[in-house]
Amino acid sequence: MTLSDFNTLLPLIVLTVWACALLIVDLFIPKGRKGWTALLAVFGLALTLDLTLAQLGDSGAGFSGMITLDGFSTFVNALLLVSAMLAIGLAYGYVKRMGLERGEFYSLILFSVTGMMLMAQAADLVIVFLALELLSIPLYVLAAFARPKVDSEEAGLKYFLLGAFAAGFVVYGIALVYGATGATALSAIVSAVAARTANLTLLIVGAALILVGFGFKVAAVPFHMWTPDVYQGAPTAVTAFMAAGAKIAGFAALLRVFSLAFPSLAADLTPILWALSALTMVVGNLLAISQTNIKRLLAYSSIAHAGYILMAFVPFGSQEVQSVSVAAGLFYLVAYALTNFGSWGVVIALEQKEGRGLEISDYAGLGRKYPALAAAMTIFMLSLTGIPPTLGLVGKFYLFRAVMAGGFTGLAIIGVLTSLVSAYYYLRVVVTMYMREGEPEALREPWLNFTWGLTAIATVVFSFVPSGLFDWASQAVLKLF
Amino acid sequence: MVPEIYYLVLSAILFTMGALGVLARRNALIIFMSVELMLNAANLAFVSFANTYQQLNGQIIVFFVIAVAAAEVAVGLALIVAIFKSKHSIDVDQMSSLKG
Repeated sequence: MTLSDFNTLLPLIVLTVWACALLIVDLFIPKGRKGWTALLAVFGLALTLDLTLAQLGDSGAGFSGMITLDGFSTFVNALLLVSAMLAIGLAYGYVKRMGLERGEFYSLILFSVTGMMLMAQAADLVIVFLALELLSIPLYVLAAFARPKVDSEEAGLKYFLLGAFAAGFVVYGIALVYGATGATALSAIVSAVAARTANLTLLIVGAALILVGFGFKVAAVPFHMWTPDVYQGAPTAVTAFMAAGAKIAGFAALLRVFSLAFPSLAADLTPILWALSALTMVVGNLLAISQTNIKRLLAYSSIAHAGYILMAFVPFGSQEVQSVSVAAGLFYLVAYALTNFGSWGVVIALEQKEGRGLEISDYAGLGRKYPALAAAMTIFMLSLTGIPPTLGLVGKFYLFRAVMAGGFTGLAIIGVLTSLVSAYYYLRVVVTMYMREGEPEALREPWLNFTWGLTAIATVVFSFVPSGLFDWASQAVLKLF
Repeated sequence: MVPEIYYLVLSAILFTMGALGVLARRNALIIFMSVELMLNAANLAFVSFANTYQQLNGQIIVFFVIAVAAAEVAVGLALIVAIFKSKHSIDVDQMSSLKG
Protein backbone atom coordinates (compact mmCIF):
# COMPACT_ATOMS: atom_id res chain seq x y z
CA MET A 1 0.00 0.00 0.00
CA THR A 2 1.44 3.34 -0.99
CA LEU A 3 0.31 6.89 -0.65
CA SER A 4 -1.10 6.92 -4.17
CA ASP A 5 -3.47 4.12 -3.14
CA PHE A 6 -4.99 6.44 -0.60
CA ASN A 7 -5.15 9.27 -3.10
CA THR A 8 -7.53 7.29 -5.26
CA LEU A 9 -9.88 6.93 -2.31
CA LEU A 10 -9.26 10.27 -0.62
CA PRO A 11 -12.81 11.67 -0.91
CA LEU A 12 -14.26 8.41 0.38
CA ILE A 13 -11.90 8.24 3.33
CA VAL A 14 -12.65 11.82 4.29
CA LEU A 15 -16.39 11.20 4.06
CA THR A 16 -16.20 8.01 6.14
CA VAL A 17 -14.18 9.71 8.86
CA TRP A 18 -16.55 12.66 8.75
CA ALA A 19 -19.59 10.44 9.13
CA CYS A 20 -18.05 8.62 12.12
CA ALA A 21 -17.04 11.92 13.71
CA LEU A 22 -20.53 13.28 13.10
CA LEU A 23 -22.01 10.40 15.09
CA ILE A 24 -19.89 11.40 18.08
CA VAL A 25 -20.31 15.16 17.68
CA ASP A 26 -24.06 14.66 17.46
CA LEU A 27 -24.06 13.34 21.04
CA PHE A 28 -23.12 16.82 22.25
CA ILE A 29 -25.69 18.67 20.17
CA PRO A 30 -28.78 19.18 22.30
CA LYS A 31 -32.16 17.89 21.13
CA GLY A 32 -34.02 20.45 19.08
CA ARG A 33 -30.83 21.85 17.64
CA LYS A 34 -30.13 19.03 15.22
CA GLY A 35 -29.93 21.63 12.48
CA TRP A 36 -26.26 21.81 13.39
CA THR A 37 -25.86 18.14 12.61
CA ALA A 38 -27.48 18.69 9.23
CA LEU A 39 -25.24 21.66 8.57
CA LEU A 40 -22.12 19.68 9.51
CA ALA A 41 -23.24 16.81 7.28
CA VAL A 42 -23.69 19.17 4.32
CA PHE A 43 -20.33 20.72 5.11
CA GLY A 44 -18.70 17.28 5.01
CA LEU A 45 -20.37 16.54 1.70
CA ALA A 46 -19.21 19.88 0.30
CA LEU A 47 -15.65 19.17 1.42
CA THR A 48 -15.80 15.74 -0.21
CA LEU A 49 -17.25 17.25 -3.37
CA ASP A 50 -14.35 19.68 -3.44
CA LEU A 51 -11.84 16.80 -3.12
CA THR A 52 -13.70 14.85 -5.81
CA LEU A 53 -13.65 17.76 -8.23
CA ALA A 54 -9.94 18.18 -7.52
CA GLN A 55 -9.51 14.66 -8.92
CA LEU A 56 -11.08 15.73 -12.20
CA GLY A 57 -8.97 14.39 -15.04
CA ASP A 58 -6.96 12.09 -12.75
CA SER A 59 -6.97 8.40 -13.32
CA GLY A 60 -5.31 5.48 -11.68
CA ALA A 61 -5.79 2.30 -9.76
CA GLY A 62 -5.20 1.56 -6.13
CA PHE A 63 -5.14 -1.25 -3.61
CA SER A 64 -3.83 -3.89 -6.04
CA GLY A 65 -6.34 -2.89 -8.69
CA MET A 66 -9.39 -3.26 -6.48
CA ILE A 67 -10.19 0.44 -6.62
CA THR A 68 -10.13 2.54 -9.72
CA LEU A 69 -10.24 6.25 -10.25
CA ASP A 70 -11.25 7.62 -13.63
CA GLY A 71 -13.45 10.21 -15.24
CA PHE A 72 -16.47 7.97 -14.90
CA SER A 73 -16.07 7.52 -11.15
CA THR A 74 -15.42 11.22 -10.64
CA PHE A 75 -18.55 12.13 -12.59
CA VAL A 76 -20.72 9.67 -10.70
CA ASN A 77 -19.23 10.63 -7.34
CA ALA A 78 -19.90 14.32 -7.97
CA LEU A 79 -23.49 13.49 -8.93
CA LEU A 80 -23.95 11.35 -5.82
CA LEU A 81 -22.57 14.02 -3.52
CA VAL A 82 -24.84 16.68 -5.00
CA SER A 83 -27.76 14.26 -4.62
CA ALA A 84 -26.95 13.73 -0.96
CA MET A 85 -26.84 17.49 -0.39
CA LEU A 86 -30.21 17.90 -2.06
CA ALA A 87 -31.55 15.04 0.06
CA ILE A 88 -30.41 16.73 3.26
CA GLY A 89 -31.93 19.99 2.03
CA LEU A 90 -35.25 18.18 1.65
CA ALA A 91 -34.91 16.23 4.87
CA TYR A 92 -33.97 18.95 7.34
CA GLY A 93 -37.39 20.54 7.73
CA TYR A 94 -39.23 17.29 7.10
CA VAL A 95 -37.67 15.27 9.92
CA LYS A 96 -38.24 18.17 12.30
CA ARG A 97 -41.89 18.46 11.37
CA MET A 98 -42.54 14.72 11.50
CA GLY A 99 -40.82 14.33 14.86
CA LEU A 100 -38.03 12.19 13.44
CA GLU A 101 -35.27 14.58 14.36
CA ARG A 102 -32.51 12.26 15.45
CA GLY A 103 -28.89 13.02 14.69
CA GLU A 104 -28.00 9.60 13.29
CA PHE A 105 -30.26 10.32 10.31
CA TYR A 106 -27.57 12.44 8.70
CA SER A 107 -24.73 10.06 9.55
CA LEU A 108 -26.68 7.22 7.96
CA ILE A 109 -27.09 9.26 4.79
CA LEU A 110 -23.34 9.92 4.74
CA PHE A 111 -22.55 6.22 5.22
CA SER A 112 -24.92 5.31 2.44
CA VAL A 113 -23.31 7.84 0.09
CA THR A 114 -19.92 6.37 0.95
CA GLY A 115 -21.17 2.99 -0.22
CA MET A 116 -22.57 4.48 -3.42
CA MET A 117 -19.28 6.22 -4.18
CA LEU A 118 -17.33 3.04 -3.49
CA MET A 119 -19.62 1.31 -5.96
CA ALA A 120 -18.65 3.80 -8.66
CA GLN A 121 -14.96 3.16 -7.99
CA ALA A 122 -15.09 -0.60 -7.62
CA ALA A 123 -12.87 -2.55 -10.02
CA ASP A 124 -13.29 -5.87 -8.26
CA LEU A 125 -16.45 -7.83 -7.71
CA VAL A 126 -15.71 -8.16 -4.00
CA ILE A 127 -15.67 -4.39 -3.69
CA VAL A 128 -18.89 -4.23 -5.69
CA PHE A 129 -20.48 -6.51 -3.10
CA LEU A 130 -19.10 -4.59 -0.12
CA ALA A 131 -20.22 -1.30 -1.62
CA LEU A 132 -23.66 -2.71 -2.34
CA GLU A 133 -24.10 -3.66 1.29
CA LEU A 134 -22.58 -0.44 2.60
CA LEU A 135 -25.10 1.56 0.60
CA SER A 136 -28.05 -0.72 1.38
CA ILE A 137 -27.79 -1.33 5.12
CA PRO A 138 -28.09 2.36 6.09
CA LEU A 139 -30.99 2.63 3.65
CA TYR A 140 -32.84 -0.23 5.39
CA VAL A 141 -32.53 1.68 8.65
CA LEU A 142 -33.53 4.97 7.03
CA ALA A 143 -36.62 3.41 5.45
CA ALA A 144 -37.80 2.33 8.90
CA PHE A 145 -36.77 5.63 10.47
CA ALA A 146 -40.32 6.80 11.22
CA ARG A 147 -40.67 3.96 13.75
CA PRO A 148 -43.07 3.23 15.45
CA LYS A 149 -45.21 4.19 12.46
CA VAL A 150 -46.28 0.83 11.06
CA ASP A 151 -46.03 1.94 7.41
CA SER A 152 -42.42 2.90 7.81
CA GLU A 153 -41.51 -0.27 9.72
CA GLU A 154 -43.13 -2.38 7.05
CA ALA A 155 -41.29 -0.48 4.35
CA GLY A 156 -38.03 -1.05 6.18
CA LEU A 157 -38.65 -4.77 6.64
CA LYS A 158 -39.76 -5.30 3.05
CA TYR A 159 -36.80 -3.38 1.71
CA PHE A 160 -34.50 -5.31 4.00
CA LEU A 161 -35.79 -8.77 3.12
CA LEU A 162 -35.80 -8.16 -0.62
CA GLY A 163 -32.49 -6.30 -0.50
CA ALA A 164 -30.84 -9.16 1.36
CA PHE A 165 -32.41 -11.62 -1.09
CA ALA A 166 -30.94 -9.61 -3.97
CA ALA A 167 -27.55 -9.51 -2.24
CA GLY A 168 -27.70 -13.30 -2.03
CA PHE A 169 -28.05 -13.46 -5.81
CA VAL A 170 -25.16 -11.05 -6.30
CA VAL A 171 -22.85 -13.03 -4.00
CA TYR A 172 -23.71 -16.34 -5.62
CA GLY A 173 -23.20 -14.74 -9.04
CA ILE A 174 -19.79 -13.49 -7.94
CA ALA A 175 -18.93 -16.97 -6.66
CA LEU A 176 -19.79 -18.49 -10.03
CA VAL A 177 -17.85 -15.83 -11.94
CA TYR A 178 -14.92 -16.55 -9.64
CA GLY A 179 -15.31 -20.23 -10.33
CA ALA A 180 -15.46 -19.65 -14.07
CA THR A 181 -12.39 -17.42 -14.30
CA GLY A 182 -10.42 -17.85 -11.09
CA ALA A 183 -10.53 -14.12 -10.47
CA THR A 184 -12.79 -11.41 -9.15
CA ALA A 185 -10.92 -8.40 -10.54
CA LEU A 186 -12.75 -7.05 -13.59
CA SER A 187 -9.56 -6.84 -15.67
CA ALA A 188 -8.54 -10.39 -14.74
CA ILE A 189 -11.98 -11.68 -15.73
CA VAL A 190 -11.59 -10.14 -19.19
CA SER A 191 -8.12 -11.61 -19.66
CA ALA A 192 -9.28 -15.04 -18.52
CA VAL A 193 -12.06 -14.91 -21.12
CA ALA A 194 -9.61 -13.72 -23.77
CA ALA A 195 -7.17 -16.52 -22.93
CA ARG A 196 -10.04 -19.03 -23.24
CA THR A 197 -9.36 -20.44 -19.80
CA ALA A 198 -12.80 -19.44 -18.55
CA ASN A 199 -15.78 -21.75 -18.21
CA LEU A 200 -18.31 -19.83 -20.28
CA THR A 201 -21.44 -21.57 -18.99
CA LEU A 202 -20.59 -20.75 -15.40
CA LEU A 203 -19.66 -17.21 -16.42
CA ILE A 204 -23.00 -16.59 -18.12
CA VAL A 205 -24.97 -17.98 -15.19
CA GLY A 206 -22.89 -15.90 -12.81
CA ALA A 207 -23.37 -12.72 -14.84
CA ALA A 208 -27.11 -13.40 -15.05
CA LEU A 209 -27.35 -13.82 -11.27
CA ILE A 210 -25.48 -10.56 -10.74
CA LEU A 211 -27.89 -8.92 -13.18
CA VAL A 212 -30.86 -10.26 -11.19
CA GLY A 213 -29.40 -8.87 -7.98
CA PHE A 214 -28.88 -5.43 -9.46
CA GLY A 215 -32.26 -5.63 -11.14
CA PHE A 216 -33.75 -5.67 -7.65
CA LYS A 217 -31.62 -2.73 -6.56
CA VAL A 218 -32.52 -0.48 -9.47
CA ALA A 219 -36.15 -1.69 -9.47
CA ALA A 220 -36.35 -3.21 -12.94
CA VAL A 221 -39.43 -5.28 -13.83
CA PRO A 222 -39.92 -8.19 -12.90
CA PHE A 223 -37.94 -7.43 -9.74
CA HIS A 224 -39.85 -4.26 -8.88
CA MET A 225 -42.61 -5.49 -6.52
CA TRP A 226 -41.07 -3.96 -3.43
CA THR A 227 -40.66 -0.48 -4.90
CA PRO A 228 -44.13 1.09 -4.52
CA ASP A 229 -44.58 -0.25 -0.97
CA VAL A 230 -41.16 0.83 0.19
CA TYR A 231 -41.34 4.25 -1.49
CA GLN A 232 -44.77 4.87 -0.01
CA GLY A 233 -43.97 3.70 3.50
CA ALA A 234 -40.54 5.23 3.94
CA PRO A 235 -40.27 8.84 5.16
CA THR A 236 -40.58 10.97 2.01
CA ALA A 237 -37.15 12.57 2.31
CA VAL A 238 -35.60 9.11 2.53
CA THR A 239 -37.59 7.98 -0.49
CA ALA A 240 -36.18 10.86 -2.53
CA PHE A 241 -32.65 9.90 -1.56
CA MET A 242 -33.28 6.22 -2.14
CA ALA A 243 -34.88 6.76 -5.53
CA ALA A 244 -31.98 8.80 -6.86
CA GLY A 245 -28.93 7.57 -4.98
CA ALA A 246 -29.50 3.83 -5.07
CA LYS A 247 -30.39 4.04 -8.74
CA ILE A 248 -27.32 6.06 -9.71
CA ALA A 249 -25.01 3.71 -7.80
CA GLY A 250 -26.71 0.57 -9.10
CA PHE A 251 -26.46 1.73 -12.69
CA ALA A 252 -22.86 2.88 -12.21
CA ALA A 253 -21.93 -0.61 -11.00
CA LEU A 254 -23.88 -2.28 -13.81
CA LEU A 255 -22.22 -0.03 -16.38
CA ARG A 256 -18.75 -0.76 -15.14
CA VAL A 257 -19.16 -4.47 -14.49
CA PHE A 258 -20.96 -5.29 -17.70
CA SER A 259 -19.03 -3.11 -20.10
CA LEU A 260 -15.63 -3.93 -18.61
CA ALA A 261 -15.88 -7.52 -17.47
CA PHE A 262 -18.52 -9.14 -19.64
CA PRO A 263 -18.38 -7.62 -23.14
CA SER A 264 -17.72 -11.12 -24.44
CA LEU A 265 -21.16 -12.19 -23.22
CA ALA A 266 -22.94 -9.45 -25.17
CA ALA A 267 -24.46 -11.85 -27.66
CA ASP A 268 -26.14 -13.80 -24.86
CA LEU A 269 -27.04 -10.92 -22.58
CA THR A 270 -28.24 -8.30 -25.06
CA PRO A 271 -31.64 -9.98 -25.69
CA ILE A 272 -32.15 -10.32 -21.93
CA LEU A 273 -31.32 -6.67 -21.34
CA TRP A 274 -33.55 -5.66 -24.25
CA ALA A 275 -36.48 -7.55 -22.77
CA LEU A 276 -35.77 -6.26 -19.27
CA SER A 277 -35.66 -2.67 -20.46
CA ALA A 278 -38.80 -2.92 -22.62
CA LEU A 279 -40.73 -4.73 -19.88
CA THR A 280 -39.68 -2.19 -17.25
CA MET A 281 -40.81 0.75 -19.40
CA VAL A 282 -44.14 -0.80 -20.32
CA VAL A 283 -45.11 -2.21 -16.92
CA GLY A 284 -43.87 0.80 -14.95
CA ASN A 285 -45.82 3.26 -17.07
CA LEU A 286 -49.00 1.19 -17.31
CA LEU A 287 -49.20 0.52 -13.58
CA ALA A 288 -48.61 4.20 -12.82
CA ILE A 289 -51.83 5.17 -14.63
CA SER A 290 -54.18 3.79 -11.99
CA GLN A 291 -52.40 5.30 -8.98
CA THR A 292 -54.12 7.90 -6.83
CA ASN A 293 -51.40 8.32 -4.23
CA ILE A 294 -48.63 10.66 -5.36
CA LYS A 295 -45.88 8.65 -3.63
CA ARG A 296 -46.95 5.47 -5.39
CA LEU A 297 -47.29 7.35 -8.67
CA LEU A 298 -43.72 8.59 -8.38
CA ALA A 299 -42.58 5.10 -7.35
CA TYR A 300 -43.99 3.59 -10.55
CA SER A 301 -42.54 6.51 -12.46
CA SER A 302 -39.13 5.68 -11.01
CA ILE A 303 -39.57 2.08 -12.16
CA ALA A 304 -40.37 3.33 -15.65
CA HIS A 305 -37.29 5.53 -15.62
CA ALA A 306 -35.15 2.57 -14.60
CA GLY A 307 -36.35 1.05 -17.87
CA TYR A 308 -35.25 4.10 -19.86
CA ILE A 309 -31.82 4.06 -18.24
CA LEU A 310 -31.52 0.32 -18.86
CA MET A 311 -31.80 1.15 -22.56
CA ALA A 312 -28.30 2.58 -22.32
CA PHE A 313 -26.94 -0.91 -21.58
CA VAL A 314 -28.55 -2.72 -24.43
CA PRO A 315 -25.84 -1.83 -26.98
CA PHE A 316 -23.04 -2.67 -24.50
CA GLY A 317 -21.49 -5.22 -26.81
CA SER A 318 -20.71 -2.98 -29.77
CA GLN A 319 -17.58 -0.93 -29.30
CA GLU A 320 -18.54 2.17 -31.33
CA VAL A 321 -21.99 2.77 -29.90
CA GLN A 322 -21.16 1.72 -26.37
CA SER A 323 -19.40 4.91 -25.26
CA VAL A 324 -22.13 7.15 -26.68
CA SER A 325 -24.90 5.14 -25.07
CA VAL A 326 -23.16 5.02 -21.70
CA ALA A 327 -22.67 8.80 -21.87
CA ALA A 328 -26.36 9.16 -22.70
CA GLY A 329 -27.17 6.93 -19.73
CA LEU A 330 -25.08 9.12 -17.43
CA PHE A 331 -26.73 12.25 -18.76
CA TYR A 332 -30.14 10.72 -18.19
CA LEU A 333 -29.16 9.88 -14.60
CA VAL A 334 -28.33 13.56 -14.01
CA ALA A 335 -31.63 14.67 -15.51
CA TYR A 336 -33.50 12.05 -13.49
CA ALA A 337 -31.75 12.93 -10.22
CA LEU A 338 -32.54 16.65 -10.53
CA THR A 339 -36.16 16.10 -11.49
CA ASN A 340 -36.60 13.40 -8.88
CA PHE A 341 -35.44 15.57 -5.99
CA GLY A 342 -37.55 18.45 -7.19
CA SER A 343 -40.75 16.44 -7.47
CA TRP A 344 -40.24 14.74 -4.10
CA GLY A 345 -39.56 18.19 -2.66
CA VAL A 346 -42.99 19.35 -3.78
CA VAL A 347 -44.51 16.19 -2.30
CA ILE A 348 -42.79 16.97 1.01
CA ALA A 349 -44.10 20.54 0.93
CA LEU A 350 -47.68 19.25 0.72
CA GLU A 351 -47.36 16.29 3.07
CA GLN A 352 -49.14 16.67 6.41
CA LYS A 353 -48.87 14.56 9.53
CA GLU A 354 -50.47 11.10 9.56
CA GLY A 355 -49.86 10.71 5.86
CA ARG A 356 -52.46 13.27 4.77
CA GLY A 357 -51.87 15.46 1.73
CA LEU A 358 -50.45 12.60 -0.33
CA GLU A 359 -53.39 11.97 -2.66
CA ILE A 360 -53.32 13.54 -6.10
CA SER A 361 -56.69 15.12 -5.31
CA ASP A 362 -54.98 17.03 -2.50
CA TYR A 363 -53.13 18.98 -5.20
CA ALA A 364 -56.34 20.59 -6.47
CA GLY A 365 -56.16 24.36 -6.41
CA LEU A 366 -52.42 24.46 -5.91
CA GLY A 367 -52.01 26.63 -9.01
CA ARG A 368 -54.06 29.46 -7.53
CA LYS A 369 -52.88 29.28 -3.94
CA TYR A 370 -49.17 28.55 -4.39
CA PRO A 371 -48.30 29.54 -7.97
CA ALA A 372 -44.54 29.06 -7.60
CA LEU A 373 -44.88 25.59 -6.13
CA ALA A 374 -47.35 24.59 -8.83
CA ALA A 375 -45.10 25.97 -11.55
CA ALA A 376 -42.17 23.98 -10.19
CA MET A 377 -44.25 20.80 -10.04
CA THR A 378 -45.36 21.42 -13.63
CA ILE A 379 -41.73 21.67 -14.70
CA PHE A 380 -40.91 18.38 -12.97
CA MET A 381 -43.88 16.59 -14.46
CA LEU A 382 -43.00 17.87 -17.94
CA SER A 383 -39.41 16.79 -17.42
CA LEU A 384 -40.42 13.31 -16.31
CA THR A 385 -42.64 13.01 -19.38
CA GLY A 386 -40.03 14.46 -21.69
CA ILE A 387 -41.70 17.65 -22.92
CA PRO A 388 -39.64 20.79 -23.68
CA PRO A 389 -38.19 22.97 -22.28
CA THR A 390 -36.87 20.55 -19.72
CA LEU A 391 -33.85 18.36 -19.12
CA GLY A 392 -35.96 15.21 -19.32
CA LEU A 393 -36.55 15.76 -23.04
CA VAL A 394 -32.87 16.26 -23.76
CA GLY A 395 -32.00 13.14 -21.77
CA LYS A 396 -34.52 11.05 -23.67
CA PHE A 397 -33.33 12.51 -26.97
CA TYR A 398 -29.70 11.50 -26.34
CA LEU A 399 -30.78 8.10 -25.09
CA PHE A 400 -33.06 7.26 -28.01
CA ARG A 401 -30.45 8.51 -30.47
CA ALA A 402 -27.78 6.27 -28.95
CA VAL A 403 -30.06 3.25 -28.92
CA MET A 404 -31.03 3.81 -32.55
CA ALA A 405 -27.38 4.14 -33.51
CA GLY A 406 -26.89 0.72 -31.96
CA GLY A 407 -29.57 -0.66 -34.28
CA PHE A 408 -32.27 -1.16 -31.66
CA THR A 409 -34.96 0.93 -33.31
CA GLY A 410 -37.72 -1.26 -31.87
CA LEU A 411 -36.63 -0.44 -28.35
CA ALA A 412 -36.53 3.28 -29.12
CA ILE A 413 -40.08 3.06 -30.48
CA ILE A 414 -41.25 1.34 -27.30
CA GLY A 415 -39.53 4.14 -25.38
CA VAL A 416 -41.36 6.85 -27.30
CA LEU A 417 -44.73 5.11 -27.03
CA THR A 418 -44.41 4.53 -23.30
CA SER A 419 -43.42 8.19 -22.88
CA LEU A 420 -46.68 9.09 -24.56
CA VAL A 421 -48.54 6.86 -22.11
CA SER A 422 -46.72 8.50 -19.23
CA ALA A 423 -47.89 11.92 -20.38
CA TYR A 424 -51.39 10.87 -19.32
CA TYR A 425 -50.63 10.41 -15.64
CA TYR A 426 -48.04 13.16 -15.30
CA LEU A 427 -50.27 15.74 -16.94
CA ARG A 428 -53.18 14.59 -14.79
CA VAL A 429 -51.27 16.01 -11.83
CA VAL A 430 -50.80 19.29 -13.68
CA VAL A 431 -54.47 19.42 -14.65
CA THR A 432 -55.48 18.76 -11.04
CA MET A 433 -53.28 21.59 -9.82
CA TYR A 434 -54.64 24.19 -12.22
CA MET A 435 -58.15 23.16 -13.25
CA ARG A 436 -59.67 21.83 -10.03
CA GLU A 437 -60.90 23.85 -7.09
CA GLY A 438 -59.40 23.07 -3.74
CA GLU A 439 -57.76 24.39 -0.63
CA PRO A 440 -54.35 22.75 -0.44
CA GLU A 441 -52.07 23.30 2.53
CA ALA A 442 -48.42 23.69 1.63
CA LEU A 443 -45.49 24.30 3.86
CA ARG A 444 -43.08 27.16 3.48
CA GLU A 445 -39.75 26.09 4.76
CA PRO A 446 -36.65 27.93 3.49
CA TRP A 447 -34.36 24.97 2.75
CA LEU A 448 -37.14 22.99 1.16
CA ASN A 449 -38.15 25.94 -1.03
CA PHE A 450 -34.53 26.45 -1.95
CA THR A 451 -34.14 22.81 -2.98
CA TRP A 452 -37.19 22.55 -5.21
CA GLY A 453 -36.58 26.02 -6.59
CA LEU A 454 -32.98 25.24 -7.44
CA THR A 455 -33.79 21.93 -9.10
CA ALA A 456 -36.64 23.49 -11.08
CA ILE A 457 -34.36 26.23 -12.40
CA ALA A 458 -31.60 23.73 -13.14
CA THR A 459 -34.04 21.47 -14.99
CA VAL A 460 -35.02 24.30 -17.32
CA VAL A 461 -31.69 26.10 -17.69
CA PHE A 462 -29.62 22.99 -18.42
CA SER A 463 -32.07 22.00 -21.12
CA PHE A 464 -30.96 25.05 -23.13
CA VAL A 465 -27.27 24.31 -22.67
CA PRO A 466 -27.15 20.53 -22.46
CA SER A 467 -24.02 20.12 -24.57
CA GLY A 468 -21.62 21.14 -21.80
CA LEU A 469 -23.00 18.51 -19.47
CA PHE A 470 -23.16 15.91 -22.21
CA ASP A 471 -19.56 16.62 -23.23
CA TRP A 472 -18.49 16.12 -19.64
CA ALA A 473 -20.34 12.83 -19.54
CA SER A 474 -18.79 11.75 -22.85
CA GLN A 475 -15.31 12.60 -21.66
CA ALA A 476 -15.93 10.78 -18.41
CA VAL A 477 -16.92 7.68 -20.35
CA LEU A 478 -14.08 7.92 -22.84
CA LYS A 479 -11.59 7.09 -20.12
CA LEU A 480 -13.63 4.08 -19.10
CA PHE A 481 -12.88 2.00 -22.16
CA MET B 1 -10.68 -36.74 -1.11
CA VAL B 2 -14.19 -35.75 -2.10
CA PRO B 3 -14.33 -34.41 -5.71
CA GLU B 4 -14.96 -30.67 -6.17
CA ILE B 5 -18.15 -31.17 -8.05
CA TYR B 6 -19.87 -32.64 -4.98
CA TYR B 7 -19.29 -29.41 -3.09
CA LEU B 8 -20.61 -27.37 -6.00
CA VAL B 9 -23.74 -29.48 -6.31
CA LEU B 10 -24.29 -29.18 -2.56
CA SER B 11 -23.84 -25.41 -2.78
CA ALA B 12 -26.31 -25.20 -5.67
CA ILE B 13 -28.83 -27.24 -3.69
CA LEU B 14 -28.39 -25.02 -0.64
CA PHE B 15 -28.78 -21.88 -2.74
CA THR B 16 -31.97 -23.19 -4.35
CA MET B 17 -33.36 -24.18 -0.96
CA GLY B 18 -32.60 -20.69 0.31
CA ALA B 19 -34.22 -18.97 -2.67
CA LEU B 20 -37.30 -21.19 -2.48
CA GLY B 21 -37.49 -20.58 1.24
CA VAL B 22 -37.59 -16.83 0.71
CA LEU B 23 -40.37 -17.19 -1.84
CA ALA B 24 -42.45 -19.82 -0.03
CA ARG B 25 -42.18 -19.11 3.70
CA ARG B 26 -44.24 -16.38 5.36
CA ASN B 27 -42.41 -15.88 8.64
CA ALA B 28 -39.95 -12.98 8.43
CA LEU B 29 -37.40 -14.81 10.58
CA ILE B 30 -37.49 -17.93 8.43
CA ILE B 31 -37.19 -15.80 5.29
CA PHE B 32 -34.19 -14.16 6.84
CA MET B 33 -32.66 -17.55 7.67
CA SER B 34 -33.21 -18.61 4.08
CA VAL B 35 -31.32 -15.54 2.89
CA GLU B 36 -28.45 -16.53 5.18
CA LEU B 37 -28.56 -19.99 3.64
CA MET B 38 -28.11 -18.41 0.20
CA LEU B 39 -25.09 -16.45 1.42
CA ASN B 40 -23.56 -19.55 2.95
CA ALA B 41 -24.15 -21.52 -0.22
CA ALA B 42 -22.07 -18.86 -1.97
CA ASN B 43 -19.42 -19.23 0.73
CA LEU B 44 -19.21 -22.96 0.11
CA ALA B 45 -18.83 -22.32 -3.60
CA PHE B 46 -16.09 -19.76 -2.95
CA VAL B 47 -14.12 -22.15 -0.76
CA SER B 48 -14.38 -25.07 -3.14
CA PHE B 49 -13.40 -22.93 -6.15
CA ALA B 50 -10.49 -21.53 -4.15
CA ASN B 51 -9.42 -25.11 -3.53
CA THR B 52 -9.66 -25.91 -7.24
CA TYR B 53 -7.51 -22.94 -8.20
CA GLN B 54 -5.22 -23.38 -5.19
CA GLN B 55 -5.70 -19.70 -4.36
CA LEU B 56 -6.36 -17.90 -1.11
CA ASN B 57 -8.54 -15.21 -2.74
CA GLY B 58 -11.72 -17.23 -2.60
CA GLN B 59 -11.23 -18.07 1.05
CA ILE B 60 -10.60 -14.46 1.98
CA ILE B 61 -13.80 -13.40 0.22
CA VAL B 62 -15.69 -15.74 2.54
CA PHE B 63 -14.58 -13.64 5.49
CA PHE B 64 -15.95 -10.55 3.79
CA VAL B 65 -19.26 -12.25 3.16
CA ILE B 66 -19.47 -13.48 6.76
CA ALA B 67 -18.72 -10.00 8.10
CA VAL B 68 -21.34 -8.42 5.86
CA ALA B 69 -23.88 -11.10 6.82
CA ALA B 70 -23.27 -10.26 10.47
CA ALA B 71 -23.93 -6.58 9.79
CA GLU B 72 -27.13 -7.54 7.98
CA VAL B 73 -28.23 -9.64 10.95
CA ALA B 74 -27.78 -6.70 13.28
CA VAL B 75 -30.05 -4.48 11.22
CA GLY B 76 -32.46 -7.20 10.17
CA LEU B 77 -33.20 -8.55 13.62
CA ALA B 78 -33.63 -5.00 14.92
CA LEU B 79 -36.21 -4.35 12.20
CA ILE B 80 -38.01 -7.60 12.95
CA VAL B 81 -38.11 -6.84 16.68
CA ALA B 82 -39.40 -3.33 15.97
CA ILE B 83 -42.21 -4.59 13.78
CA PHE B 84 -43.08 -7.33 16.26
CA LYS B 85 -43.48 -4.70 18.97
CA SER B 86 -46.01 -2.73 16.99
CA LYS B 87 -47.89 -5.53 15.20
CA HIS B 88 -47.33 -8.56 17.46
CA SER B 89 -46.71 -10.62 14.36
CA ILE B 90 -43.87 -11.17 11.94
CA ASP B 91 -45.97 -12.86 9.30
CA VAL B 92 -45.21 -11.09 6.04
CA ASP B 93 -48.72 -11.75 4.73
CA GLN B 94 -50.01 -9.40 7.40
CA MET B 95 -47.70 -6.60 6.28
CA SER B 96 -50.44 -5.11 4.23
CA SER B 97 -50.92 -1.56 5.41
CA LEU B 98 -49.25 -0.53 2.16
CA LYS B 99 -51.22 -1.56 -0.88
CA GLY B 100 -52.33 -0.30 -4.24
